[in-house]
Amino acid sequence: MDAKESDRGGRVREAYALLRQGAVDRCEAEAKDQLPIIQVGTATCGRAAGALETLAAIREELDARDMAGRVVEVGCNGHCYAEPLVTIHKEGWPPILYGTVNPGIAKVLIQRFLGEDDPCFEYLLGGLEPHEIVPALKDFPRSAHEHRSLLKHCGVIDPEDFDGAVRAGVYGGLARALRMDPEEVIEEIKRSKLKGLGGAGFETWRKWQACRQSPGPEKIVICNADEGDPGAFMDRSLLEGDPHSILEGMAICAWAVGASIGKIYVRAEYPLAVERVRKAIGQAEEAGLLGENILGSGLGLRLEVFEAAGAFVCGEETALIASIEGRRGMPRLRPPYPADRGLYGRPTVINNVKTFASVQRILEEGWEAFERLGVGSTRGTTVFALAGKVMNTGLVEVPMGTSLRQLVFEMGGGIPDGKRFKAVQIGGPSGGCLPESLLDTPIGFKSLREAGAMMGSGGMVVLDEGNCMVETARFFLDFTQKESCGKCTFCRIGTQQMLVILEDICRGEGSMEQLDLLESLAEDIRLGSLCNLGKTAPNPILTTIRHFRDEYEAHVLEKRCPAKVCTALTAHYILPDKCERSCDACVGSCPTEAIWVNAKRIKVIDQALCIQCGACVDACPPQYQAVVRISPLADLPDRGEQPKQEKGDDEG
Amino acid sequence: MTGIRGRTSNWPAVLRVSEEYTMSAEVNFFIDDKPVQARAGEKILWAALDNGIEIPHLCAEREREEPFGACRLCFVEVEGRDLPVLSCSEPVAAGMRVHTRSERVDRLRRTAFELLMSHHDLDCKNCARNRSCALQKLAGTLKVSLRPKRFRKLPTEAPVDDSHAAIVLNPNRCILCGKCVWVCNQAGRSGVLDFVFRGLRTRVAPFRLEPLGDSECDDCMRCVDSCPVGALTRKKDPAESTSGPPGPLEQQQKA
Ligand SMILES: Cc1cc2nc3c(=O)[nH]c(=O)nc-3n(C[C@H](O)[C@H](O)[C@H](O)COP(=O)(O)O)c2cc1C
Ligand code: SF4
Ligand code: SF4
Ligand code: FES
Repeated sequence: MDAKESDRGGRVREAYALLRQGAVDRCEAEAKDQLPIIQVGTATCGRAAGALETLAAIREELDARDMAGRVVEVGCNGHCYAEPLVTIHKEGWPPILYGTVNPGIAKVLIQRFLGEDDPCFEYLLGGLEPHEIVPALKDFPRSAHEHRSLLKHCGVIDPEDFDGAVRAGVYGGLARALRMDPEEVIEEIKRSKLKGLGGAGFETWRKWQACRQSPGPEKIVICNADEGDPGAFMDRSLLEGDPHSILEGMAICAWAVGASIGKIYVRAEYPLAVERVRKAIGQAEEAGLLGENILGSGLGLRLEVFEAAGAFVCGEETALIASIEGRRGMPRLRPPYPADRGLYGRPTVINNVKTFASVQRILEEGWEAFERLGVGSTRGTTVFALAGKVMNTGLVEVPMGTSLRQLVFEMGGGIPDGKRFKAVQIGGPSGGCLPESLLDTPIGFKSLREAGAMMGSGGMVVLDEGNCMVETARFFLDFTQKESCGKCTFCRIGTQQMLVILEDICRGEGSMEQLDLLESLAEDIRLGSLCNLGKTAPNPILTTIRHFRDEYEAHVLEKRCPAKVCTALTAHYILPDKCERSCDACVGSCPTEAIWVNAKRIKVIDQALCIQCGACVDACPPQYQAVVRISPLADLPDRGEQPKQEKGDDEG
Repeated sequence: MTGIRGRTSNWPAVLRVSEEYTMSAEVNFFIDDKPVQARAGEKILWAALDNGIEIPHLCAEREREEPFGACRLCFVEVEGRDLPVLSCSEPVAAGMRVHTRSERVDRLRRTAFELLMSHHDLDCKNCARNRSCALQKLAGTLKVSLRPKRFRKLPTEAPVDDSHAAIVLNPNRCILCGKCVWVCNQAGRSGVLDFVFRGLRTRVAPFRLEPLGDSECDDCMRCVDSCPVGALTRKKDPAESTSGPPGPLEQQQKA
């Protein structure tokens, strides 16, 4: 046995060394010319900001000036607030990252940096290595807590360049795993304390062990890239920016559990990810890293992409399985767990994209490096998609245990426009809203759950004083109700009943009894639903009632929306002493022509016509700021003016 | 490597043998402190019913290998378990102590029932299942009115499908127990019925929302027999429905 094992180890070592040497040689041969390299982030987020136009402009400018340079497309590096992003590697300089590079700036960079050696300080975000005169990105507050492990290749390597990925170390983890026994690989994962990053935080090694021990010759490994949370895109970024790491993580898992078939369940809304993953699979098969007898180890693994036309609930593992099998994406009772009876009845491991990326890092770098990060039972790093009322939106990767305050204020740069922080909503549509007082909560599965929120898939929406918490809860619930698979009573009808109550409260038609009913129904739904969609749907409600009860009561008892958001309780009003007689900016901005001009040339809003769209607030020049929102409606001054008469004159 | 569909693996058979083996043994346990006996592996719900102990349930079917678990009425307490347990899917175990009532499960059942009734087109007088309806029976067991006041009545506006010669499908009375879908999709049957839409709009309908009359339905009538409420019923007089203006389903389909 031992001799056989070491045989395998030797074969794998040799095959990998050969593979890597070839890749390194080819990369170096290419780099010999010492051409400057211009990397453009063309993941979906970059493209949305015009990265393809930037890319074209760079190519054009190089051609026009007859300059040589290697233009490379890379994935998202997380600085989404500053897309399109361009990194330039030039002899004598550190790699420099530039933000908001539109085609104009791109041409300037080519002209001045490549042409004249001026690094254009006005556009740079920072150098990626220390340098005397170029400030390093590491020294910015955002980087103080950032730890790029899962995202380490995103935006750095060319996701379509197989050699580049191998040179960067991808598939080194697989080579190491294949030299170990499958049980040792599971032990390695156990020591790392890795927990699944798909939401529930289940210990990965347990799942793998259960699947390994489950009888059945043909086991299956599935990568869950359904990512249905609105606003979440870390899985997409990984698949687009570093697809080989995910394939590698799946191959490691296949070895550990004894699987021979792999499926990557990707949302159909992610065409670029699908394309890049398919391409990566082709490259890996060609190089002998997928398919038969991988690196001479005897492991055979066939991977394929499954394009999910599915709904949010198809991310739930049993619904996902049903969906691949061609049935309706509806969760079923567990047990049996997929590890015992999964896809086509076979023992199946389902892990999230980030989980597989973590597996790659753990096998490549060893469990110690992973376990060193984080606190308590939650180790390693995680990726959040920061969104909402925060300066720096985008992807941030932090060690587990980083506090929410650090994430929002230091990495996110705080709240824009001098507004006050109100809450942070964590964990996607069924996450919870945590107030200022809980900002020191460390990020971790247990700590967030205790605070009433959850890790979810890593969505994080920052809310400021301009957000109404009742409306926020209503918004998220509206999503989960529509996405409910409709199977079980509590989720299908219960969430609708909660929604009806919230809508009433937002309209000022709620009562304290209804508020109590809302709370008790939320508890029942949490306890009684079949799957986690239903069980977690009440989270936004329970946490907002717990932490912002005063806002609920203001809506119910005073018919007042403290944030002046709920349209039925809020009016727009023009302060007569602030309104400038010679200005009529607001008049034309109003889509319903609700603003009229009185005899003193002061503008007045006809409340009967106003639809609370807020266009006039934006239209009123900042030096006047004459339009205000008023809630409750009872506070609306009655100026005794009759718009109808004047209008009547016009019409007559 | 052999493809997943290409090879008939033998392990499920192995598993089944071992299941049979374990299931043949009888175990002793308690329901509401009464000592009872059941086959090992039997679900609590069936063991209770076999011993004359009632547990409210709407979606469970004994023959169904994988319990559906949708109605959420059959919760019980099991000593040593933190959370209420679904009796239609939880196997009995030797020495287990089951309690069919507790403040918590009573509350869950009541809420589930009231929620179902809040989205049910209640019209017993004109319903074919009047007096043989599972909901009426349940209201009696739970001592809850068929018109509970706690929740608002939600609109039930799904089109009634009376296109079939012998069957009427009224989704507004459906409690989505899934029994009809299950029987319809059993081996050898036509497989016409499935769930469609999501959220509150979820309902049972023939494949691609075809009218039942135009579907591949082979008139076995098992769905009607399985329906515990008045959602799938036999047409009283087949001539009745062929006249009159097009039903809302047809209108919807044209739109
Ligand atoms: C409604 C719902 C949606 C989910 N969506 C996803 C998803 O998009 N991606 C994902 O990885 N897990 C999702 N999950 C969690 C999966 O069921 C499963 O726990 C996860 O894929 C396991 O991977 P992990 O162990 O690596 O976390 C969802 C769960 C629920 C209840
Ligand atoms: S909780 Fe919601 S999504 Fe989950 S099974 Fe029940 S109805 Fe379907
Ligand atoms: S039609 Fe009847 S059997 Fe079918 S799901 Fe509805 S209630 Fe159940
Ligand atoms: S009978 Fe158990 S959930 Fe319906």
